[in-house]
Amino acid sequence: MSVPVQNPASGAAGTVNASDHPRPSQSGFSSWANRHRKWLFAAPAMIFTAAMLIFPLVWTVYLSFTNAQGSVRAPKKFIGLDNYVKVLTDTDRFWPAVGRTLVFTAGVLVVQMVLGMCIALLLRRAFRGQGLIRVAILLPLVATPVAVGMMWRLIFDPNIGPANYLLGLIGLGPYPWLAGEKTALATTMLIDIWQWTPMVALILLAGLTSLSDEVDEAAAIDGANTWQRFWWVTLPLVWPSVVVALLLRGIDALKTFDILYATKGRGGGSFHEVETLNVYAYGLSFDYNEYGLASTVLILFFALIVAAMLALTSRQKER
Amino acid sequence: MRLSRGYRIFRGIAIALILIAMLVPLAWMVLSSFKTNVQIYDTSAVFNFTPTLDNYHKVFQQANFGKYMWNSFLVAAVSTSISLVLGVPAAYSMSRFVMKRQAIVVLMARVIPGVSLLVPWYYLFSNLRMVGGYGVLILSHMFVALPLILYILMGFFDGMPAELEEAAQVDGLTSIGAFWHVVLPLSMPGIATASILSFIFSWNNFMFALVLSGAETKTLPVAIFDFIGYASIDWGGLMAAASVVTLPIMVFALFFQKYVVSGLTAGAVKG
Repeated sequence: MSVPVQNPASGAAGTVNASDHPRPSQSGFSSWANRHRKWLFAAPAMIFTAAMLIFPLVWTVYLSFTNAQGSVRAPKKFIGLDNYVKVLTDTDRFWPAVGRTLVFTAGVLVVQMVLGMCIALLLRRAFRGQGLIRVAILLPLVATPVAVGMMWRLIFDPNIGPANYLLGLIGLGPYPWLAGEKTALATTMLIDIWQWTPMVALILLAGLTSLSDEVDEAAAIDGANTWQRFWWVTLPLVWPSVVVALLLRGIDALKTFDILYATKGRGGGSFHEVETLNVYAYGLSFDYNEYGLASTVLILFFALIVAAMLALTSRQKER
Repeated sequence: MRLSRGYRIFRGIAIALILIAMLVPLAWMVLSSFKTNVQIYDTSAVFNFTPTLDNYHKVFQQANFGKYMWNSFLVAAVSTSISLVLGVPAAYSMSRFVMKRQAIVVLMARVIPGVSLLVPWYYLFSNLRMVGGYGVLILSHMFVALPLILYILMGFFDGMPAELEEAAQVDGLTSIGAFWHVVLPLSMPGIATASILSFIFSWNNFMFALVLSGAETKTLPVAIFDFIGYASIDWGGLMAAASVVTLPIMVFALFFQKYVVSGLTAGAVKG
């Protein structure tokens, strides 16, 4: 940091002698810096974020009203709402992408919340070997998503993958997994569930660990069974953690990109079978150079994310 | 509470299932990275093979992964360090002076889809002749690191009593001096958590490097794609590459397990 920090030892010794004032008297920049510490501390981070954020946002909004394509530097024409009309009436790529984004997000969220809660409840009370399982659930979480995608590509390979081999042993399959037009999206959801269920479990576990056992025990004495205790006692108490997990996972699931790109490549596969809004916007931007259309898709996508966040947080206030 | 015998048996089975589900896929990746492609195509020979280092030889000699690993490390380390310098004081100010609105602006960076930033960034930084260099990668990764650091540290500072700092000021320190000599040393666990998590997120980041890096500066997650050809996939090489990308960061995370967990679950309890 370039903020000059007054040496407290010498500064205090030098000035306290000169006056009875409890604080060392200051002059110039140091005094100014100390009086404006609030903004001095916050400003660099805010300026950096604003610089990296505001230009892109304004630019994206601007591009969405133009026919920008080919090169970003190429002359653009203002075409009003044409892009919005075009995108919103596009039942070929846009609306299927919206559908896939929602199916993907809702699907992985439901499974991750349920499984994550089960794992958290399982780990709530200490037992032998607990350390091992905590390590095991941490590994998927910190693994590089692109590498995870490659790993599952081999496991789910229809011919040489162990998934079909193992299912074949019990008389199931073979399934096409990522290669199937109908099964690809569900398979990528499985991968996302593998990687991020541990995250939900850890957040909920942190919430559960902070609860006291007494309420639960009181409910048990009153004759509540296990399910009733979970539903009427534990769940309401741990609800703030559930909302945090839903928000964090929800935002990231809507924006999932790495796993989809690693497993299916550009455009979400040859039939766009895993093309979500994020993958579609990426393709429009960097494969087709349709910057105007891409910006329009992105603004609508952003609106969807904000709407989802507001929906989740307003539910919290009701409770 | 006493646990019934039935529950303990159920718990044992559940734990075994979780361990298998989490670890077997990773083990398969590592195992395959020591196999030739012929051995990978033979699904029945799971353990029955002579391990070969050929794939790793390919990854480091032909595909130049040593260089890409250095790139990943450099970008993660520098972007984390600069973000800390910007983020620690900012998190402190935003927590102490309850700058909710300012904090929301910075946290919006977490919500916005990365693609919407990449087109303007690409335009801006290619005009500045920065695309393909380390600088632009570091800046883009800072954009991920800074909100993360703010999010974790604001929670940490919220829990730190303001009296500590007030006492230091009564004892004659300036307000910046109190931050430097009292608050900062006490915040080391929080700062460690934030930097470890920020390093992991940067190492794993893919999309920004995919667009903004060049042949010389590409990071490991981008370099993996060198093993996917149009016609066929070199599975042995691909699995070795994937292992080289992800094993170091997994070992790193296990080493700092406590910090990683506390960072990932930051904000979970307060809500």
